[in-house]
Order: sequence, then structure tokens, then C-alpha cells
Amino acid sequence: MLKDFFIKKKKYATVPSTKSKIGVPEGIMKKCPSCKKIMYAKELQKYLYVCQSCGYHYPVSAFERIEMLLDPESFIPFDQDLVSKNPLDFPNYLEKLEKDKEKSGLNEAVVTGKGKIEGYETALAIMDSNFRMGSMGSVVGEKITRAIEYAMDHRLPIIIFSASGGARMQEGILSLMQMAKTSAVLKQFSLAGGLFISYMTHPTTGGVTASFASLGDYNFAEPGALIGFAGRRIIEQTIREELPDDFQKAEFLLEHGQLDKVIPRSKMKETLATVLSIHTKGGDEQWHRD
Amino acid sequence: MAPGLEFEKPINELKAKIKELNQFMDEKGIDLTDELNHLKKRLDEVEKDTYSHMTPWDRVQIARHMERPTTLDYISFLFTDFIECHGDRLYGDDAAMVGGIARYRGLPVTIIGEQRGRDTKENLKRNFGMPQPEGYRKALRLMKQAEKFNRPIVTFIDTKGAFPGKTAEERGQGEAIARNLLEMAGLKVPIVCIVIGEGASGGALAIGVGDQILMLENSWYSVISPESAAALLWKDASQAERAAQTMKITAPDLKEFGIVDKVIPEVLGGAHHDPKTQANIIDEYLKDALSSLIQLNGDELVHRRLEKYRAIGDYSLVKGNILSEK
Repeated sequence: MLKDFFIKKKKYATVPSTKSKIGVPEGIMKKCPSCKKIMYAKELQKYLYVCQSCGYHYPVSAFERIEMLLDPESFIPFDQDLVSKNPLDFPNYLEKLEKDKEKSGLNEAVVTGKGKIEGYETALAIMDSNFRMGSMGSVVGEKITRAIEYAMDHRLPIIIFSASGGARMQEGILSLMQMAKTSAVLKQFSLAGGLFISYMTHPTTGGVTASFASLGDYNFAEPGALIGFAGRRIIEQTIREELPDDFQKAEFLLEHGQLDKVIPRSKMKETLATVLSIHTKGGDEQWHRD
Repeated sequence: MAPGLEFEKPINELKAKIKELNQFMDEKGIDLTDELNHLKKRLDEVEKDTYSHMTPWDRVQIARHMERPTTLDYISFLFTDFIECHGDRLYGDDAAMVGGIARYRGLPVTIIGEQRGRDTKENLKRNFGMPQPEGYRKALRLMKQAEKFNRPIVTFIDTKGAFPGKTAEERGQGEAIARNLLEMAGLKVPIVCIVIGEGASGGALAIGVGDQILMLENSWYSVISPESAAALLWKDASQAERAAQTMKITAPDLKEFGIVDKVIPEVLGGAHHDPKTQANIIDEYLKDALSSLIQLNGDELVHRRLEKYRAIGDYSLVKGNILSEK
């Protein structure tokens, strides 16, 4: 059977560090980078880090996302002990990883696990751009792959929140191949009837856009999120024209048919709960199909 | 004779001297055979020395040589009855991605490949071998068709990367590449992928998920081109040579990582020196690959392919800080 090919390793959980909550810097007041309006940090947190004046969505860390999305105490992390090596012997790579571990309180750029959204259990992978700009190397690819496999084995849906600068340069071709790995496993997950919700947050670019992030049964995004494959600067250099301001923004992608929906953060939890609920059986017996 | 590259300068100087000497002998009727033989022997030595000590950057230059054989060149050498099929049925036809049906040693196959131009005019038509979304979608259409008719698929990878353009983004090139990765992983027919020149990023991988990955000795395959890597890592595109070294992009590197199954040797100095002979060498490797893959049924192929990609990655477990076992 297919499952025999997936070597099951013991999975461990670690307690998330409080240091990981760094999406918004400390301070009593916050100035919106978009409209410059000043808000109380406490108030900002209450509004899920969305500016109440202009709707700007502050980037949030993986654990902040977990806190605002999942039912309290429902999150169980997977594979937090997986760490990167240096397959290319790339100069200073290990040092950079150490620095980001310190900075973010994470071992890598994605947090995986399972939890409940309004009672609906789901597997999750939540990328965190505080660690190596959320880039995908071997560990990110492996953790996401294992989360998909967990969902497949336990007949759970999976939601992947992307936030990534793309493939991790320092792991070279192995990074590129994580695109193939995650996509190959998603194919099996899809054949098994699994529900995959891709939720793109700022920024979702490069190799992550060109693999799992684009492959959801539903592709959602946060307002204003930058989503694209090639970088804006290189496109401008190639075609020698200036790009519109909204180029590669979530709303631009929606307009061009690349997304199902752009969801404000205030509606994130209820929208996901509704989608999850529609994928469970409901209504009278007479409606049930086998 | 193909135009020489910078690192081939000593070879070309010797070749020029030999030519000069030959002309001199013809004109003056003087016998200088001894000198000539000496020079030829020296040329042999210098060639062997130069070509066995190529840096990654030298190989990048060979991979980019204007006269290096392209996908369509190899198709004409290796296959019969080739019928090119155009269009993605959604938007347009991408000349940077060619595909069609043909026979390989009698066996019906589907061929897909990236196609760069062999001169400026053709390069403009073919977008310098950089596919747009419709190219990947055409490739996928033809691969699905191959599966329907149970034909093996052979792909030729030769691209500087996906096209960094506004329209490519508008039409969802991220999704187009992603879709190919997902679908290729599930195709129930043999897929052999051959990197024949340049293999950069998602543009290469989009036709590169297969059962056997072969790579020509002087081709390169990387998450990003050396120039872009240098620009990203060191904010300096002129450090491409350093990036070519650091990023480990050559065929022997990829063989060592286990990404490539076999390195196909090239004729001395690179494929452009003798395309016909090069095609014959590829032919031997392709025959081997297909004759073993064709024994496997669809499910076996998919399982093996999944297992192979599933295993790629380099990581370890951090010690300590483990509180509970799930």
C-alpha cells in the first residue's frame, strides 16, 4: 500500500517559546506603516493586528496566528525538533540559522501540528516569515510533507498558511526539490479525497507559490498580501516598464482568477469553520451519499 | 568550427597555429611534418587538460553556447515520425515549450521540451527559451494525453527559468508550475527527463518530475540561475561565477545529491562540437532508461516516483527540549 512508503517516525512535541511572538514589535503604541495612524498595541491585538483606520494587515507570527485562529488549548505541534543542516556547505548558513532561532524562538520557518477551529479538527502548517524570510529548505518541505501525511493517515483536512520569500537559496537544488516533494504528496492526498485549504499571507512568493500554495482545493488570501512567482524588480527590469501599485497583491490575483476569495482577518476563523463544516456530512439522512 | 569560449583560448591558439602551418606548407612546398605533429600532439594534451579541469563556470558557458544542440535538434536525431502539437487549449501557444508525438526505436512516445532560439530572431520568437504559463499548460495537456494512450514521456530541460513577465504573473505562472509538479507525480506512464543545457528553477522542474533524471555532463541545474543567485545573496549579479561554484549546480554535484540518476558524458569540449555523436550517446542512455521503466506498471511507477521525491532533503533532530511524545 501507498502508506507503506511513508516511513513513520516518532513525532515529538515541544512547548512553544513565548519569544516567537515577535510579529509586532513591543511598545504601547503602534504606528500603521500604511496610513500612519497610531493605535494602542493592546487594541491592535484585540483587532487581530489589523489597522482599524485603513485595514492594513500586520504580518503575524505563526503562534500569533494559532492564538487567533484555534480553539484555546487545542493546538498540538508536530516535529518541532527538525532542524536544517548545511548540505551545500554554504558559507555562514549555520550561523544565520542560529541567529534566526534566537530571533524567532522557532527551529524553522514553519510550525506544523493539529488543532480545532470552532470544534472542527484539522491539520495545520503555518509559515513564519521571521525565520529566514519564511524560505523553504529541506526542513520546511519535510515538516509540511509530514503534516499532509498525518492528515491523510487520520482523515483530517489540512490548512497551510503560506508566508515565504520562496525557495531557500542556501540549500540549492534540495530546496527546489521540496517543491516536487510537497506537490507529490498533495497529489496522493487529493486522490485520497483529502481537503486542502491554501491560505496565502504576506508574502507568498517564488517556489512556495509554484508548489503547494497554489494547489489548494480552495485558495484564499489575506487582504494586501503580496503573492507571485517572480519578483517585482526583476519583472520591471525584464519588461522595462513600471508595474501598477496593486501588482501581485491579493486583490490583483483575485481579479485575474487566481484566488477563490480574499478574506479579512476578522472573518478568517468563521470562514474557515464554514468551509470545514461544508466538508462534513450534514442535513437529513436522505442527503447522504456514499 | 564552433566559436571558442574564453577558457578555451589556449586550444584555439594552437588550432590557429596548426592551420597557419598547414597553409604555409601548401604555399611554399616545404615539409614541416615534424613541427606539425609536435603541435598536434601538444593540442591533444592541452585539450585533454583543459576539458578535464573545467570549473562550474566553464560548464555554464558551454551549456549556454549558441551552437549547443537544442531540444528540436535532439528530437530530429533520436526520434522518427515527430508531429509537433501546439497550444494549451486555454490561451495560446508557447514557442518556448515544444511538444508532440513520435516514435522512439519504434515505440510511440510523447516528447516535451524547452526550446531556445539558435539565433537572435528565433530567440525572440521563442522568448529565449523561457516558458510562460501556456507553455507549462501545453506540456501538461500533452502529458495527460500520453497517459491516456499509455505512452512513455521524454522531456528535455533547457531553460534559463520561467519568464519574469507581467503577463506570466497575471495568468498564474506559479499555479501552472505547481500543477505540473502535482500531476507529473501521479502520471501512470514512464517519464524520463534529460537536462540538456540550462535548468533553472521552477521553469526546469515544471517538466522535470520523473522516474529517471539524466543530465548532460556540461549542463547545469539549480534552484536559480547563477546571476540571480549572486544578485540575491550578495546584491551583485557580477559575482555569478562565484555563485556557480557555491550553489553546486553541475551534473556531478547533482549526481552526488542523488537528484540526478545518471550523468551523460559529452563529446570532448561539449555537445556543440559534434551534435550527431552526442545524440548517439544520449540514445544509449535513453534506451537503457526506457527499457527498464517500461517493465513497470502504472501503480509501480507512481509509487516509486513518490518514494524517490519523498526521500529528498537533508535535516536532523535537535537534541533536548523534547517534553512529550505524541
